Amino acid sequence: MQVSGLRGKAAIVGVVDAASPTGELELTGRALEVDMISKALDDAGLTIADVDGVTHTSSSMQLAEHLGIHPTFTDSTSTGGSSFEVHVEHAAAAIAAGLCEVVIGVYASTPRSDRKRPRGGAGRGMPPGGMGPMAEWEMPYGLQAPKGAYALSASRHMAQYGTTSEQLAQIAVSTREWASMNPEARFQDPITIQDVLDSPMQASPLHLLDCCLVTDGAGAFVMTSAERAKDLKKPPVYVLGAGTCHDHMMISQMPDFGTTPGVQSGKKAFGLAGVKPGDVDLLMGYDSFTITALLHLEDLGFCEKGEGGPFVEDGKTGPGGSLPMNTNGGGLSYTHPGMYGMFLITEATKQLRGECGPRQVEGAEIAVAHGSGMVLSCMSTIVLGTEASL
Amino acid sequence: MSDSTDTASAAKPTRFEPPVSDASQPFWDATREQRFLIQWCTACDQAVFYPRENCPACLGTSFEWKQASGKGTVYASSVQHRAANPMMANRVPYVVAMVELEEGIRIMSNVIDCPPDDVVVGQPVQLTWEPLSDGRNLPQFSPLQEG
Repeated sequence: MQVSGLRGKAAIVGVVDAASPTGELELTGRALEVDMISKALDDAGLTIADVDGVTHTSSSMQLAEHLGIHPTFTDSTSTGGSSFEVHVEHAAAAIAAGLCEVVIGVYASTPRSDRKRPRGGAGRGMPPGGMGPMAEWEMPYGLQAPKGAYALSASRHMAQYGTTSEQLAQIAVSTREWASMNPEARFQDPITIQDVLDSPMQASPLHLLDCCLVTDGAGAFVMTSAERAKDLKKPPVYVLGAGTCHDHMMISQMPDFGTTPGVQSGKKAFGLAGVKPGDVDLLMGYDSFTITALLHLEDLGFCEKGEGGPFVEDGKTGPGGSLPMNTNGGGLSYTHPGMYGMFLITEATKQLRGECGPRQVEGAEIAVAHGSGMVLSCMSTIVLGTEASL
Repeated sequence: MSDSTDTASAAKPTRFEPPVSDASQPFWDATREQRFLIQWCTACDQAVFYPRENCPACLGTSFEWKQASGKGTVYASSVQHRAANPMMANRVPYVVAMVELEEGIRIMSNVIDCPPDDVVVGQPVQLTWEPLSDGRNLPQFSPLQEG
């Protein structure tokens, strides 16, 4: 077993998430965030007084002020949907280095119910990092954001590797099978490949059912040191490895439209963890679109580059398959409030604790949460494991 | 560049028109004469796109501007069946593509003058222009005409 400074030093000890079949939640904004933090701390058997590290996608300082805490570790990194994987990575490193002991992360977004609120509620916010070059070099051409960007990637992948619309559709079908076992999922009724192909074309080659939802959703996690984790309420879920890489911001600058920086983030995370794709019991891979999930399978090494289409064809990412993927129903069928990466962490943690009821992956010991931020721009990979995996 | 007094410059925008950054001023100025200039790093002897203050390869600041041939191939392509913004509504369905120019850079643009579903990855295309309201022109591409 390869030893690194990160492996097994920190653990996720509390998680919660919230979504609903209506696609809407009651609370919004900071109130929803605080509700999530309270529940995640309760899940861990900790209180807000224990917290000395705060992560947030816009301002960890504002959140800490709101909570009335004075953290010694603070991180407002925003990489879009993969922000929460990056937060887990940074928190694990900070805990391992002794900078802090208990770190919280949180997310709340209510784009669906915001439509009914005056002034648009908390809203989804603008993409971080400025619109300058995008306004000049992309926006004049009318690419639908973000789905057009993924459509361009899918068109390239199809031309390069022969990937078909039917193969992409199979990902949506398998993911819906998982969603049928999640009573909180937005969509739970089974679909067929033909249903996906018959759904309205949005940005070719992507149909409506190739695209993620727009729903309310929220979640939070609590992390602490391996030592402190042993005495808490739930079995610790250890961070075994982590890696992040981004190779562009706007889609027109993506170096290779058929390959993501998940190649680099995955290699680093798996290397630190000392695991191989074959050791992974469960993949939570950000499925903003069907093509996104397919790219993860290739770039993380679950199959060869270009082989993602044939790989998913027999339903092996669905229930009963050899690589359970997105067992909560994913961004395609469970929830997608804008930055979905939080739900990869909460579901992976619950699976490794054996809390997932009918959709539980039996004997799951190692899970990967793989976030994708902006438009295939920033990939962040977290390898998680049970005590037995250490 | 001289101020144009023709009708094009007085027209209202018919699509989202790109702002001009300091680094890209020469690019947009040249579009008034329907010339596509590529920023070129003299140290690396390679193209830089989009134009910026420093070469992303060597961080150098010495550039020249070279005129592109206007020929390229479709690198990736998607037919938009819904408008990205209200100004594009009357164009639906329309093609947004990444075009790889002969000089090695990739640019986002539209492929026009053909049925949208006919555009395929690998297809040869050539540069054409759409007038903007301020006298600049926006790069567009159409299928390469033989001969």
